[in-house]
Amino acid sequence: MQNEKAVSLILDDGHVFHGYSFGFEKPVNGEVVFNTAMMGYPESLTDPSYSGQILVTTFPLVGNYGVPAASHDANGLSCFYESEKIHVRALVVSDYSKQYSHWNAAKSLADWLKEQQVVGIEGIDTRELTKVLREKGSMKGKIVFDGGEDIEFEDPNLVNQVAIVSTQEVKHFGNGKKKVCLVDMGVKQNIIRCLLRYDVNITMVPWDYDFNQMGEAFDGLFISNGPGDPNLCGKTVEHVKEFMKSGKPIYGICMGNQILSLAAGAEVKKLKYGHRGHNQPVQRYENGKPTTQCFITSQNHGFAVDNATIPADWEPLFINMNDGSNEGIRHKKMPWFSAQFHPEASSGPTDTEFIFKEFVNLL
Amino acid sequence: MYDTTMTNDKIKKVLLLGSGALKIGEAGEFDYSGSQALKALKEEGIESILINPNIATVQTSEGVANRVYFLPVTPFFVEKVIAKERPDGILLSFGGQTALNCGVALYQSGVLEKYNVKVLGTPVQAIMDTEDRELFVEKLDEINVNTIKSHACNTLDEARKAAADLGYPVIIRAAYALGGLGSGFCDNEEELNVVGTKALSFSPQILVEKSLKGWKEVEYEVVRDKYDNCITVCNMENFDPLGIHTGESIVVAPSQTLSNRDYHKLRELSIKIIRHIGIVGECNVQYAYDPNSEDYRVIEVNARLSRSSALASKATGYPLAFVAAKLGLGYGLFELKNSVTKTTSAFFEPALDYIVCKIPRWDLGKFQGVDRELGSSMKSVGEVMAIGRTFEEAIQKGLRMIGQGMHGFLENKVLQVPDIDKALHEPTDKRIFVISKAMKAGYTVEQIHELTKIDKWFLEKLKGIVDTDNELQQYSKVECRWPSRLTHWLANSLHRPTTSTSPTTV
Repeated sequence: MQNEKAVSLILDDGHVFHGYSFGFEKPVNGEVVFNTAMMGYPESLTDPSYSGQILVTTFPLVGNYGVPAASHDANGLSCFYESEKIHVRALVVSDYSKQYSHWNAAKSLADWLKEQQVVGIEGIDTRELTKVLREKGSMKGKIVFDGGEDIEFEDPNLVNQVAIVSTQEVKHFGNGKKKVCLVDMGVKQNIIRCLLRYDVNITMVPWDYDFNQMGEAFDGLFISNGPGDPNLCGKTVEHVKEFMKSGKPIYGICMGNQILSLAAGAEVKKLKYGHRGHNQPVQRYENGKPTTQCFITSQNHGFAVDNATIPADWEPLFINMNDGSNEGIRHKKMPWFSAQFHPEASSGPTDTEFIFKEFVNLL
Repeated sequence: MYDTTMTNDKIKKVLLLGSGALKIGEAGEFDYSGSQALKALKEEGIESILINPNIATVQTSEGVANRVYFLPVTPFFVEKVIAKERPDGILLSFGGQTALNCGVALYQSGVLEKYNVKVLGTPVQAIMDTEDRELFVEKLDEINVNTIKSHACNTLDEARKAAADLGYPVIIRAAYALGGLGSGFCDNEEELNVVGTKALSFSPQILVEKSLKGWKEVEYEVVRDKYDNCITVCNMENFDPLGIHTGESIVVAPSQTLSNRDYHKLRELSIKIIRHIGIVGECNVQYAYDPNSEDYRVIEVNARLSRSSALASKATGYPLAFVAAKLGLGYGLFELKNSVTKTTSAFFEPALDYIVCKIPRWDLGKFQGVDRELGSSMKSVGEVMAIGRTFEEAIQKGLRMIGQGMHGFLENKVLQVPDIDKALHEPTDKRIFVISKAMKAGYTVEQIHELTKIDKWFLEKLKGIVDTDNELQQYSKVECRWPSRLTHWLANSLHRPTTSTSPTTV
């Protein structure tokens, strides 16, 4: 206990929270966001959509079941992580569990953070911190070690985070019949795992790669999740618009929903404090009216499509039942649709996994 | 077949079956669920009739139900009330096992059909599918969900043969029983003869199953509406491994030793099960979960409000019984309001930012000759629920409030334990304090885990309390310990005026 380094989390509005380091020791900045999930930290920390962010978990006890080993399956995909590394800049918790217990754990969360050079702090009143973020919105923040060097605030949303996390080269997965082009905006590996359950082969391309020029006859286009502001990804939007001319199926998840919406002509705005957690309820819509179908979804996004700007030949497919924000769109005639939430879950509820089947059936 | 579907607008008068007398294994939680259901009927302007012989309950108080019959909840009396009152609908799942059994009997004897009383919510067939062990296993086999295969036996001879086939240890349960009445573990045929004879005296049929002692016990509270929308309101994990009745175990919510894969695997199964059985309202799914793999067995499904659903309601703020009653009247979850926010819908899953700890209270000292050992039948007479931001906080608060003169996990009057090993291996009502004593006596977490099969995460947390105590004993003033940490806590509390300490459910 005596060896713990004291740290301060300083928010852009002047709030200061004091705690202790349990991860890597270096000053760090980013956008402070909160997630209400009660478990799933190995998956969340490796989700590329958290690039540039300092993640606060509202559930106080973290680290209980340790961290699984970094093993890979036959496709070269990680068995238990959502990417090859931790993407959050720092993890902020209330009560870090030094002792862990799980048959599948290979190391403690603290050891993993240190190994990945990611900051982790505990002893923070995360309930109070969350209230500040809910009231004032997600904001810039920094973590400094008491008596150590200071660091400037930085807004990661001004930087194209997608360019940082997207693949640098074209990759192939699976050898099924249908050809799917997957645009990697910061893809969670479970999206690839879910698609590979069907008879498909996947060509994964970087975010700014012009897949229309590949000379490949793709049966469908899939746009992945990703971090930050979609308005910085104009290149992808242009490529999607071009692909639309083929009339082939298009599906987008999270950032993919926003890219598809931008390509459709809608606008995407920042949410006050975003949706991050495992309990976001959405309702399916048809012809502009709510259906009786509702789903609990896993979410992680700070931006959302503005329903009022959706063009006439498109319509909302899902609406968030808490705040009425957009959770997916659909073209009225063409096989183009999307979800703002994460049907691939991981972490989170698996209720909407059927969406992958809906997409593959269209191919 | 008798049609149990309903048309909402025709329901003007509803009969609710209460739980009857409070008894060990079936107590005040059903007063809570019944009262909530009556409140829901009142809100809908539906005339409510209640049958419950227990005058010492909230639900029988003036103004809760429109009319109360202080009569036993048995088919004989309930039929008389139905004949007199002629209700349009009946609610069976708010009075525990007593009400459920009575409802099934009324359905089977044709009384409900005779008086044209509609069963609201879960159809009776679904109830029977979960109550009859063989039907239940068959039903879950249809969707490839693992159950504990049990052999239904009508005689001791059959039971001996079944146990020999399964291999010892086995567990014996009495069919259609309250609070695990008449059940127990048998390591050999000799023990089976004793337990089997006792169980057969409670029920004409007994069930012999393979024992999964040492597995984790995890429960989910699941809600489904008639549109097939499902949510899991809360999950809970027993501190004690399988083999100790949930009513006898410390329980935490949400689960603490399950990873995302574990949690969502069981959540997905729960939803698959509630859909397949066809419950409309609330049910509770209990799992045995292997601590060394992702293997599981469904122990049982309660197609009614249960002790666990009462705990889940209080732990999360989600009024399960109230919502279940409304779903029985034909509402969709999305049409009902979230009672916490008042603005959003009841189709949501509470995300807690705290941990809940339920601790049973026993009064075994008041019963002469009672066996103090805990097992698969329920002996506790009450419970305490504590909320905290850490497990240590929650369990310490709970142990203090259990009302048996304890100061918490430590610093209690000295407990005489002649054989700590035995006391850890064969748990009694003093289990938690035996662990405390063992830790003070120098037992390692590993040793205690071997003897109790309690997950090491819980034991490490308890060990942390003992370690802190040992360190603090070296100082005369609390300020001497962790001066820097105390300074920080003070700085934290001074810097920010506390706006509210209420939990946030988001």
